[in-house]
Amino acid sequence: MEEIKKVVLEYVTEEYLEDEDDELTAETPLISGGIVDSFSMVSLKRFLENKYNISIPDEQATPEAFDTVDKIAVLIQGFLK
Amino acid sequence: MSYSDAIRNIYQEQLKDIETAGVFKQERFIHSAQAADIEVEYPTGAPLKKVINMCANNYLGLSSHPEVVKAAHEGLDSRGYGMSSVRFICGTQDIHDQLEKKVTEFLGTEDTILFPSCMDANAGVFEAILNKDDVMISDRLVHASIIDGIRLCSAMHDTFKHSNMAHLEKKLQLHADKRFKVVITDGVFSMDGDTAKLDEMVELCAKYDAMVFVDDSHSSGFIGKTGRGTHEKCGVMGKIDIITTTFGKALGGASGGCVSGRRELVEMCRQKARPYLFSNTIAPVVVSGVLKVLEILSASTERRDKLEKNTEYWRKGLTEGGFILKDGDTPIVPVMLFNAKLSQDISRDLYDEGIYAIGFFFPVVPQGQARIRTQISAGHEIEHLDKALAAFTKVGKKYDILGKTKQEIIEKYGM
Repeated sequence: MEEIKKVVLEYVTEEYLEDEDDELTAETPLISGGIVDSFSMVSLKRFLENKYNISIPDEQATPEAFDTVDKIAVLIQGFLK
Repeated sequence: MSYSDAIRNIYQEQLKDIETAGVFKQERFIHSAQAADIEVEYPTGAPLKKVINMCANNYLGLSSHPEVVKAAHEGLDSRGYGMSSVRFICGTQDIHDQLEKKVTEFLGTEDTILFPSCMDANAGVFEAILNKDDVMISDRLVHASIIDGIRLCSAMHDTFKHSNMAHLEKKLQLHADKRFKVVITDGVFSMDGDTAKLDEMVELCAKYDAMVFVDDSHSSGFIGKTGRGTHEKCGVMGKIDIITTTFGKALGGASGGCVSGRRELVEMCRQKARPYLFSNTIAPVVVSGVLKVLEILSASTERRDKLEKNTEYWRKGLTEGGFILKDGDTPIVPVMLFNAKLSQDISRDLYDEGIYAIGFFFPVVPQGQARIRTQISAGHEIEHLDKALAAFTKVGKKYDILGKTKQEIIEKYGM
């Protein structure tokens, strides 16, 4: 689980933060906090699917499920079991 | 009556919120033709004031050019005022066909289709040529009309960081399995005045088998040695698959736009693009004006050359005067002030000095990047620019920002 969080956090930081001074934690609200918009969720979903060789159905890829790195890690973990 | 007081109150509250947030837009009435010198009524009811216009998209000074006005008159006389029909029923005249051919020739593409505006071109093009098996990868700073077009299309959408080619390459790799990939960018970005790296983009797209889309609204007519646009400037004429552009800026400034590019893609727009199918096209009077504009620009580069010289003069003058500018070489010259209120105060003081230039701040530009966006025109004479420079310097001195760094301005006025 910690490993997944680390990978996702790294990706989200690199992908979405424009300013090097900004910092993200596993609890930072990504979508409700305006860091990731609904358009950009697409690349996050694709990245996770490719990285973990899984397929996340659209109905599970909700803004709520993608809102923090913690929540994303829980979602991924569910597919890996 | 369905528009009850309760409904009215909700809208009034929303409008009040917009005002409280300081983003309520107010029009200023111009009582003269669009040009470098205009007469403005502002605020509404105030006596007319003569000011130098530093914020029009009238890059080539053709909005009120006598030859263009004359051509428009002739078009009005010979082809009438309106078409009262969409293109494919009985709304196409010979001059619409002529204009499409002339634009194709001017931009160096394979074919062109006119739209009522470039906003419509951008709204209609993606849906007409892509489906859910495809992906659109856009620069994060593209124009709002492109965002709207993307929203209307069933293809997947992803973004890359502004002008970041390494990030774009990652995205092209990520979406390698898609049927078609289209990389989408503005040619010149309207708020910052920087130019897309089309040469690198074309190379990357060739490597990953993707198409390139460019909105050249802030370029057509004056960017590149003969004014064909950013594809000319970047040495990739003939290699851009889709160009959209407007006739509402440098090319006469009235209205209308187009999609120009690969023959089949243009034909798909003719068959499927909804703003083309369900709306009248450009009025004959405007078509006649744009035809004249293209004739003028094809005969001589004099106007774009003058614009280039004016731009250099203006950028040099402001830089030497101690202002901070966004880097670039286009006639969009943002004077950085960082603080929203400061940008509004300086804009107001400039107006008092006879200079019409607007301050932009969040959410139109990112937080902490408030600015006055100046736009240079071939219609400006050196005397206009000198007068404007003197006004900028006077106001800059008043606020003590000349020669100051970004940090110093932020320390004095806040973000």
